[in-house]
Amino acid sequence: MIQPAATDLITVNVDGREIAVPKGTNMIEAARRLGTDIPHYCYHPKLAVVGNCRMCLVELGMAAVDPATKAPVMDPATGRPKINWRPGIACAANASAGLHVRTTSPLVKDFREGVMEFLLINHPLDCPICDQAGECKLQEQATGYGRGYSRYIEQKNVKPKRTQLGPRVTLDDERCILCSRCIRFCKDVAKDDVLGFTDRGSYSTLSCYPGRKLENNYSLNTVDICPVGALTSTDFRFKMRVWFLKQTSSIDTESSVGANTVVWSREGAVYRITPRQNDAVNDTWMADSGRLLYKAIRSAERLDAARVDGSSSALDFALAAAAGILAKGGVGVVGSGRSSVEELFLTAKLAKALKAPAWLVSRTGEGDGLLVSADRNPNVRGALVTGLISSLPSARLDELAARIDAGEIRSVVSVGEDLAAAGIGAKRLAKVSVVYLGTHSNPTSACARVVLPTLTVFEKSGTLVNQQFRIQKFARAVPGLTGAADDLLVLSRLVSAAGGPGLGADAPSLWASISQEVPALATMSYDDMPATGLLLDAAPWSQLAFAEGPSLHYQPAQAQKEAPARG
Amino acid sequence: MAVIKVERKPLSLAERSYMPGILAGMRITIRHLLGRPDTMEYPEERPAIPPGYRGAPTLVKDPHGREKCVSCQLCEFVCPPKAIRITPGTVPEGAGVDHVEKAPQAFDIDMLRCIYCGLCEEVCPEEAIFLLNQYSMTGYSRSEMVNHKDRLYEMGGTLPDRHFKWDVKKAAELGAGGQH
Repeated sequence: MIQPAATDLITVNVDGREIAVPKGTNMIEAARRLGTDIPHYCYHPKLAVVGNCRMCLVELGMAAVDPATKAPVMDPATGRPKINWRPGIACAANASAGLHVRTTSPLVKDFREGVMEFLLINHPLDCPICDQAGECKLQEQATGYGRGYSRYIEQKNVKPKRTQLGPRVTLDDERCILCSRCIRFCKDVAKDDVLGFTDRGSYSTLSCYPGRKLENNYSLNTVDICPVGALTSTDFRFKMRVWFLKQTSSIDTESSVGANTVVWSREGAVYRITPRQNDAVNDTWMADSGRLLYKAIRSAERLDAARVDGSSSALDFALAAAAGILAKGGVGVVGSGRSSVEELFLTAKLAKALKAPAWLVSRTGEGDGLLVSADRNPNVRGALVTGLISSLPSARLDELAARIDAGEIRSVVSVGEDLAAAGIGAKRLAKVSVVYLGTHSNPTSACARVVLPTLTVFEKSGTLVNQQFRIQKFARAVPGLTGAADDLLVLSRLVSAAGGPGLGADAPSLWASISQEVPALATMSYDDMPATGLLLDAAPWSQLAFAEGPSLHYQPAQAQKEAPARG
Repeated sequence: MAVIKVERKPLSLAERSYMPGILAGMRITIRHLLGRPDTMEYPEERPAIPPGYRGAPTLVKDPHGREKCVSCQLCEFVCPPKAIRITPGTVPEGAGVDHVEKAPQAFDIDMLRCIYCGLCEEVCPEEAIFLLNQYSMTGYSRSEMVNHKDRLYEMGGTLPDRHFKWDVKKAAELGAGGQH
């Protein structure tokens, strides 16, 4: 990609190396660009700078000038311009022309050791039971700048160990290093200013405003940004040590925002979901509601065996039975806005091979203007892009209902959609033969003639198109449930049984066909898709009135058009 | 390659009679016959276990009968043959143990996998796991050879404690240093 012309770049000097950074960049970020790590606790790239932990103390300096002549003073020892060094915190030092930073001098090491010693004075020796152990910044810096023994002979402070700040967050006050990241997050990002410090000095305690609770839908982000183990997730508390967990990049499927996530699993069990940084989508945040989605994997409602006419059967037999039903004609296809792009591509192929009309069921709720949008289907735009549908779906399948009543449609393929809830009703369902592909049982799966159990988003790979028309990859975190088959396998077998082309049954091989046949994805390949996704050209669908309102990093196209008129 | 021929020395009379060799052998036999036996009647008679011996890993309690393990899972992590499995659990508030928040819900050591390396004892930050004297493990099935938590505590018993970490904490809370 061609970089835009550099404007407002300021050259600073970090440890003798010069780097040009945009105006307003602080020295922690400037050093990070050079691969130099400046330890910090209270600084967070997405939060306001307060500078209260003092851990990022470095030596800052400007070239000395002669007061009389304004000429730079030369250092006779080195022959270079003399720098007037002074200690300063890197997080609050914004780039200014000629600023010099020293991060490796003996004095800087002294700063860090001093700050660490003070931070550890009242810090409990909790590492064996602390959930943060292994990803704790204090632990990391203690390795480099800790003393190894304590000079403190007084008694350590004892503070409350398990305060419930809200329904999902537990606070251990002893571990808190008073960085105030959580306070700033609640105030500035979640706009729910409930946290604050009470008392003074070493008695300072993080607490909730009296009568309030930390219960907004973004409360668990405070756990993520807590540099120590003070704020812990009540759900994940004492469940598993983080060093056992495998990290898999995934996407939050609760709404069309498509927040980037990391799924943490061990031996086929998911333990937690945390946000993954994507500055174009979700910064470093995600909603609490999306973190609980993994509980669906081991739900008692999971479909774990293919069923034909109510009795369990082998997958091959069930697929043959489904093919038999579909071969009789008069088929309607109900796709899902929760399927991946690959699955929607195959659903479209299936509808085409069966010459069947296809619908989607919309699922809307109230958007919170941040990271949960009004459209609760993560991939409606994927269905538009793959050509399964050409207009926006509605919540009720009235057209399908009418065609069932008219006798035109005698069998329905439902990809995970509960037809009974979408306005078809039990009476009409009794009239049609339903082939149901899905993960969990519902009234539709109960009355389906063929049930084909499939996988949750954590058990398969694929791509989703979010509200910005950004196509993003998710990867398989845990192996699929025994008895359930990959959606792609089931769909591709149905497509070939219906007389369609034989297509691959996994995302990478399917992409050869997708990039050939889907115009919007023509230049892409599955393997080369970057971790932060690719923006598609939304122009072909600019006329559609999407449900989403403005949210973080997203302005609806309609609103943008209206804005100048209002002004 | 050159071959060097070595002349064999002729045997002396004593050597030809074999008697000195036989007598020397008899001397060793008689010495063992009359001396202290090197073996022992094993199942009835047991050897003395030297200090520092690495037998089966066990869990120990402190002299107040408190569970020392906090299920930090470091032993599970360090165990080379992956013999240890821990399911961590929360100690509910008001369970009678002040300041203890975490304890194992389940603690299994598979003695068919254990190689008695002692890394679990070395890594334990709470001094809760010890390789004690027991060296003879038998069982009729694989599942019998897995030591569960209650059996591990039964084998480990109580060992003296130098720290009483939780009591120190309680004293700090009750004393002037504590705020709450």
